[in-house]
Amino acid sequence: MPGTSRRPLPREARVTVVAVCAAGALCAAPAAASATAWGTVAVLAVLYALCEPGVVPVGRHPPSAVGPFVPVLLAGALILPPSAAALVAVPGSLAGRPLPWVRRCWRAGHLAVAVWTAALAARLLGGPAALRAADLPYALLPAAVAALVFSLVSTALTGAVLVTAERCPPATAWGDPLPAALGPHLTYGLVGLTTGLLWLRGYGAFAAVLVPLPMYVACWVFARARRVRAAHDATVRALVQAVDLKDPYTRGHSERVGRASALIAAELGMDDDRVDTLRLAGILHDIGKLGVPTRVLRKSGPLDPEERRLIQLHPEYGHEMTRGVAFLEEARAAILHHHERLDGSGYPHGLAGAEIPEPARVVAVADAFDAMTSTRSYRPARPVASALAELQRCSGTHFDPPMVAALTRALTRQPDVTAPPDAPAAPGGPWPATAPTPSALPSAPGPAPEPAAGRPAPTAAPASHRVPRQAAAPTSVGEGVLLAVWAVGA
Amino acid sequence: MRKAGTAAGWALAVGVGGFVVWGVGWAAYAGVREPGAACAFGGVVLLGELLRVPPGTDREGAPLATAGGLGYALLGPTAAGVAQAVAVVAVATGAAGLMARAAGPRAGHGRHGRHARKAGPPRVEAAARRVLLVAFAAVCCQPLGGGDVLTGTAGAPRAAFLVAVLGATALWDAVLAAAVGAAVGAAGGGRPFAPGLRDGVRGLAGIGSAVCAGGVVMALAVRSAGLWAVPLVALPLLLTQASLRGHAAVRATYRQTVGALARATEVAGYTPPGHARRVSELAVAVGRELGLPARQLTLLEYAALMHDIGQLSLVDPVPGGATEPLDGERRQTIAALGGEVVRRTGAPSEVALIVERQAHPFREQPLAGRIVRAVNAYEDLTAEAAAPAGRLAAVERLRLATGYEYDPRVVEALTRVLARQSTRTWLDAGGEGKEVG
Repeated sequence: MPGTSRRPLPREARVTVVAVCAAGALCAAPAAASATAWGTVAVLAVLYALCEPGVVPVGRHPPSAVGPFVPVLLAGALILPPSAAALVAVPGSLAGRPLPWVRRCWRAGHLAVAVWTAALAARLLGGPAALRAADLPYALLPAAVAALVFSLVSTALTGAVLVTAERCPPATAWGDPLPAALGPHLTYGLVGLTTGLLWLRGYGAFAAVLVPLPMYVACWVFARARRVRAAHDATVRALVQAVDLKDPYTRGHSERVGRASALIAAELGMDDDRVDTLRLAGILHDIGKLGVPTRVLRKSGPLDPEERRLIQLHPEYGHEMTRGVAFLEEARAAILHHHERLDGSGYPHGLAGAEIPEPARVVAVADAFDAMTSTRSYRPARPVASALAELQRCSGTHFDPPMVAALTRALTRQPDVTAPPDAPAAPGGPWPATAPTPSALPSAPGPAPEPAAGRPAPTAAPASHRVPRQAAAPTSVGEGVLLAVWAVGA
Repeated sequence: MRKAGTAAGWALAVGVGGFVVWGVGWAAYAGVREPGAACAFGGVVLLGELLRVPPGTDREGAPLATAGGLGYALLGPTAAGVAQAVAVVAVATGAAGLMARAAGPRAGHGRHGRHARKAGPPRVEAAARRVLLVAFAAVCCQPLGGGDVLTGTAGAPRAAFLVAVLGATALWDAVLAAAVGAAVGAAGGGRPFAPGLRDGVRGLAGIGSAVCAGGVVMALAVRSAGLWAVPLVALPLLLTQASLRGHAAVRATYRQTVGALARATEVAGYTPPGHARRVSELAVAVGRELGLPARQLTLLEYAALMHDIGQLSLVDPVPGGATEPLDGERRQTIAALGGEVVRRTGAPSEVALIVERQAHPFREQPLAGRIVRAVNAYEDLTAEAAAPAGRLAAVERLRLATGYEYDPRVVEALTRVLARQSTRTWLDAGGEGKEVG
């Protein structure tokens, strides 16, 4: 979204907005001259405005995150002449949500242009006539074409403003949103078609209200699901922070191990799902330390055998805690076995070689690497090269050689990924105070929490150069519906 | 709980079963009218039922199927009629049930719900309710077995009539559901009639309205444009159902993760094993007894699961994890820490408020907070005592403190819930045990 509220728009962006608004006005102008069905325009415009978030309070949480409610616009495009159809979106966009005026005008202008083009395409294919005659298999064609045209024009214009105002690379501005927008817009086309069909059969406002209603409810439910998902990600982070709370000297360790595990997994050529699983396994690998008495965890001197035994219980505690959490099912093996060694001398089960699950072998290397390169109470951090040499030395006895090799390769390519952490934060800080803001959340389970507090986010974190499949938070109804389809199909 | 619910569901199903037999028999005897429409709408019901939202949420599980059935009933006697509408919907729902059962437990659907509860065969009770719903709508279109009240109507009046019919149908469904809930409640585990009805009517505003609108539009569009309109209207409804599915899956995942967070205190040795789960189950039962609406019950459940989370901030565990014997100030400190943590978990702010105020006297607490307070106290007091005598003593101690600490209404509701549970436990096990519910 163009961030017009914070800094002045670049000149190119202002030119784009003014040009699009002028084009929108030109599209709508003929409506004033010709005999227009103002009643139809008014009903649709009111309906569109009502669907704008913030106008009607829907329940406790209006679907504020959803984009323009397109089905009503497409219904207008199918039954009205292009100039009149272009007007449908204008009042709602100008009056709807509390946005700066530039953005309201922009919304009104680009929607007017998009609707006008869609209506023109539908008209060229004989849309209104087909609807009037209820010529059904054929009427699908103008409806689908109108939806596609709308989607193309609106993506193109939005992309243009992203490129000029936000300096987005063109591929991100135009290439990414388009495929995601096509499917939902085709569905909106169908809703618009049904609305138009019933409207022309004399059902009038009933059609305009009843037909889009299920779609609107779907968006509303989807918005709620997104909030729950965000809450879920925050809860996972709360689990991680609970460990930091108990053991402040390892603050940020979980996040870094998660990042390093994902790095190794990606280097080994695992698919995106597996990489996400490993990131999660790395982040949560020490979750069982919650079960270890805080005094033992915080002890700075050498541990006696009883204390050592207590600490060595943490993989099993972690395994127990995550029982029954479906999306962690695959990560649990790594949580349980990340202290096993290749020669069978590790704990808790003394597994050897290939008996150790692969995720656990990855996390073990990542864990050891981060432990060596970060400062602890009893010793300073080692340089990366020395830590890697130590890993090489133990590779084959403690660590799985392919994992060590993968980490080495990945680090020689991007040496700053696992830069040593800052000095450990003062112990005893209240847990909640360390929580990162919940705004930078990925939007699905398989969460990859953002870099922890107490350490600057490395610029080349593996999460940032490969956008995870679900990481881009959907910003419009369109993507929302797509995700919903995916939920059914998967 | 489950046993009683199933029994009431079966009783309903047997009643409806006779009705269905009549419908199918009559339709077979009189001959099927407009077989094309029957197949198309039957297909919609079948598809919607196969993609049912997994149970566990208290809302309509298959909007597409219900809307399809209602749309078919609204076609009126010339196309459907009461008997045929009932027959088509019942046969399609039954077929979906058989297909789901034949397919067996599926490998999973989607990343969120991979191991969540399976969609399974449609529940008998939900199917029975749908048949009654469709029959009601069909009867409205053909009152007193007479002719088609829709003949001659067109345009807005026809639409208005159909909307009115479905409005009445939806209200009838809410009353029916509340009545079934109350019948189950009498046996234990359900909820009183009035709050059930309130929840039902509130539910109509959301997904219920989408179902009714879908039904009306399907009927109108088929009359206007033929059977092509069926898939045209069904697709958006399918998306509505898909969004519900997605929401249900995310909620299930969230619940599991909150459960893991709640178990953290247990693994850490701050609270006895199973404490959070027991408190949340008992608290929800008490909340239901007090007639809390569905949303409040969910908040109550989360708050009860996470109520002890503040103890994680302690360097040394409280003995036995029981906060109730501690002095008030210490308890309020732990509660405040817990509230802070809950705020960070992204749970609704009401949950944080409940956790934060859990150690306050009841007059300063929201109702859900009073429930958590009393139930937690009861759990702490009975942690050692397995015998009913210990439980009686615990309830007695709560009663003695109802002047200031605990809400008398909540304690009374807790007593009723416990009395019912102990009777059932006694009957089921032939003896006593601490594990109830």
